[in-house]
Amino acid sequence: MNFLRKSLDNIKKPFGKGEKYERFAPAINAFDTFLFVPNHTTHKGAHIRDAVDLKRTMVTVIIALLPALIYGIYNTGYQYFIQTGEAFTFLDAFIHGSWKILPMIAVSYIVGLTIEFIFAIYRGHEVNEGYLVTGLLIPMIMPVDIPLWMVAISVAFAVLIAKEAFGGTGMNILNPALTARAFAFFAYPTYMSGNKVWVSEASNIDAISGETILGSLAAGNNVSYSFFEMFQGAIPGSIAETSTLWVAVGAFILIFTGVGSWRIIVGGIGGAAIMGFLFNLWGANALMSFDWMNHLVVGGFAFGIVFMATDPVSAAQTNQGKWIYGILVGIFCILIRVFNPAYPEGVMLAILLMNVFAPTIDHYVVEGNIKRRKKRWAAAQLKTA
Amino acid sequence: MSKDIRIRKGFNLNLEGEANKILVDTHPSKTYALKPDDFFFSTPKLLVKEGEKVQKGSPLFFSKQNPRIHFVSPVGGEVTAIVRGAKRKILEVVITQDDAQGSVHHDIPSLESINQEQVKEVLLKAGAWPFITQRPYGTIAQPEDTPKAIFVSAFSTAPLDVDYDFLLKNNKAEFQKGIDVLAKIAEVTLTADANFKGFFEKVANANIVGIKGEHPAGNVGVQIHHINPINAGDRVWVVNPEDVANIGMLFSTGEFSAQRTVAVVGSSVKNPQYYKTTIGASIHSLLQGAEINDAKPNRYINGDVLTGVATAVDSYLGYYNNLFSVIPEGNHFRMFGWLPFVDNKIPSMSKTSLSWIFGKRKAIVDTNLNGEERALVVTGEMEKVFPMDIYPMQLIKACMIEDVERMEVLGIYEVVPQDFAMIDYSSTSKLEAQEIIRKGVELMIKEEG
Repeated sequence: MNFLRKSLDNIKKPFGKGEKYERFAPAINAFDTFLFVPNHTTHKGAHIRDAVDLKRTMVTVIIALLPALIYGIYNTGYQYFIQTGEAFTFLDAFIHGSWKILPMIAVSYIVGLTIEFIFAIYRGHEVNEGYLVTGLLIPMIMPVDIPLWMVAISVAFAVLIAKEAFGGTGMNILNPALTARAFAFFAYPTYMSGNKVWVSEASNIDAISGETILGSLAAGNNVSYSFFEMFQGAIPGSIAETSTLWVAVGAFILIFTGVGSWRIIVGGIGGAAIMGFLFNLWGANALMSFDWMNHLVVGGFAFGIVFMATDPVSAAQTNQGKWIYGILVGIFCILIRVFNPAYPEGVMLAILLMNVFAPTIDHYVVEGNIKRRKKRWAAAQLKTA
Repeated sequence: MSKDIRIRKGFNLNLEGEANKILVDTHPSKTYALKPDDFFFSTPKLLVKEGEKVQKGSPLFFSKQNPRIHFVSPVGGEVTAIVRGAKRKILEVVITQDDAQGSVHHDIPSLESINQEQVKEVLLKAGAWPFITQRPYGTIAQPEDTPKAIFVSAFSTAPLDVDYDFLLKNNKAEFQKGIDVLAKIAEVTLTADANFKGFFEKVANANIVGIKGEHPAGNVGVQIHHINPINAGDRVWVVNPEDVANIGMLFSTGEFSAQRTVAVVGSSVKNPQYYKTTIGASIHSLLQGAEINDAKPNRYINGDVLTGVATAVDSYLGYYNNLFSVIPEGNHFRMFGWLPFVDNKIPSMSKTSLSWIFGKRKAIVDTNLNGEERALVVTGEMEKVFPMDIYPMQLIKACMIEDVERMEVLGIYEVVPQDFAMIDYSSTSKLEAQEIIRKGVELMIKEEG
């Protein structure tokens, strides 16, 4: 460790204060602090600090994402092989999925991190860790057959327009990963919807329909999957969204570590359940009578509410606001699913919509606090007068 | 007897190096010093020159903001140095002790017949006024104001903080006298640990409130918020328990009392215990008995590890603190220390560390930042350690953009920087909340004039 530390310090010398490559220091620091928590000590304020930092928080989110990702890789292969009808093992499915998905993750990280590094150097601040999560989320919510160059362009759009244009990490209004998906969704609709994109190589093989469940419901067809199949996730869909089971494992990690807001997750599930239940009572069409419990396990709802809606930057920031925000995401998700057959999956648009309204929710929550304080002042003045 | 108050949010840090309940005298200090920086937002105007002889209780300087407020010498002797910093700012007024100089004596009217103005007059003349600070802002109280209450917090929750019941065990009568004096000015609220109120339970002339809860429940500002919240224009005065006893002694003897009992604590201290000394004593004199483990560099802190002031080892004790902490510096690297669930020996509020499993174990902490400063990303963590009906992040942001009106409506009157210490500690983004609030409070004072 000492040898490594010394060599690193040597490499870093030309990037030091007043040295030749000083302005590139954020880039080299990003690599250095990846190996070592730096020797920075407190200078003002509290003399001791908690062990938690942003790197640790973001890595915890990545750990929470891994079960869904690994299942998504397997499911990609599984969907491919049952479509072709070949016999296959677990390993075959996993290898097929890896061939498809790992390049997407690599492209997402390379493009996104390059932009992040350039902005860090340009703005003279350290590289923020947020993209480690965003960069993994983007491939996880794409259809498997999307060309890599589309992934690259979506990533570039999301990082530049959704994040850096607003001032970088911590300042963005919209969730960057969902912005990437929304961009691809509207820019390349033929690659992002329909019945040929959700199963690996479906458009080439032209075999059985690889429609998503919500897609077939919107088209007026019946669903051939049971609740437990949908919950377990062996269904067509975006790469890592299909398995509610493994998303729930991730949700447990996020809630247990406190990294994800349980208020948003519980609020979202509650909102969606109530809305689904109300539509069940109404029951005017196939989507309305789709059981409310099934609504919670199909499509990207679970993945969205656990990993996207809980993004602390774009969500509501007050505890009360988080409840309202979560419930509204759930309500709007089901509302869009049922009333807008052009967008069979509502969760992406519901979260992006609520991202925009999150500051408004917080505004009213904080105003409530201010009003309470003003009332107290007024009451005190009345007493003395 | 009021009902106990339970404060639900907060976090107690369980650190190595708590003071044993042993009270000894320190080694004598040759020199003493007053440091004007200890008095928030008060600019000193000198009354003495180097080489001048002073008595114990002679004024050394007064406050430019209010010339009635004098700061007096804690001992008799000679002014041997006036240490100045950048822009000739006065850092220390150093006195070399010489008891032959004697002390200033004041005539004290009897407590039965004395009125509020006379009490203030005695405190001002004797130099005991700086013992009284005010809320809002945490500055020295203005004698012209009439406070709606005086708060004395004998409940301490800061890391390794003192036990006031033990600290004042030899000064119970003086403490009662001090309370009697302060009660002439306004109603006194005395808070104590609800689980063990000690002798404070029997103190007369005060409204005694038991407090339960984790840090910062011991912060007097948090207690005021729950007992008698400050509205715009209100003034609440605050006095430390030992200074109540000092005021009591002044009214008994007619002489300024500068007694300071200091617990020397922290994992680098071999003999963590209580030492009886005097305000402004040299840190050397304090540490001689405590014995410091100085194999590695240490940080010396006037106060607790969350809110104290880093001090050079050849400097002097602060004016107000009953605590002196010594912990190791954290100038080291930790390989892959950012991985969740590693380095669990560092106490953490976050469940991304397993340190909560070892909650009972006393931790050794150092001054490492444990990460780097980042943009504010995580939300909701500040509220967990901020037990007031105030939105801490919104207030911090209002201070950052210097929006005075917003700061006012969000509750700046009720807070001092120290209330944000746990936010400093637990922040994922390594935010300097105390610093931001301090600047915000300074701005408020300037704006209000």
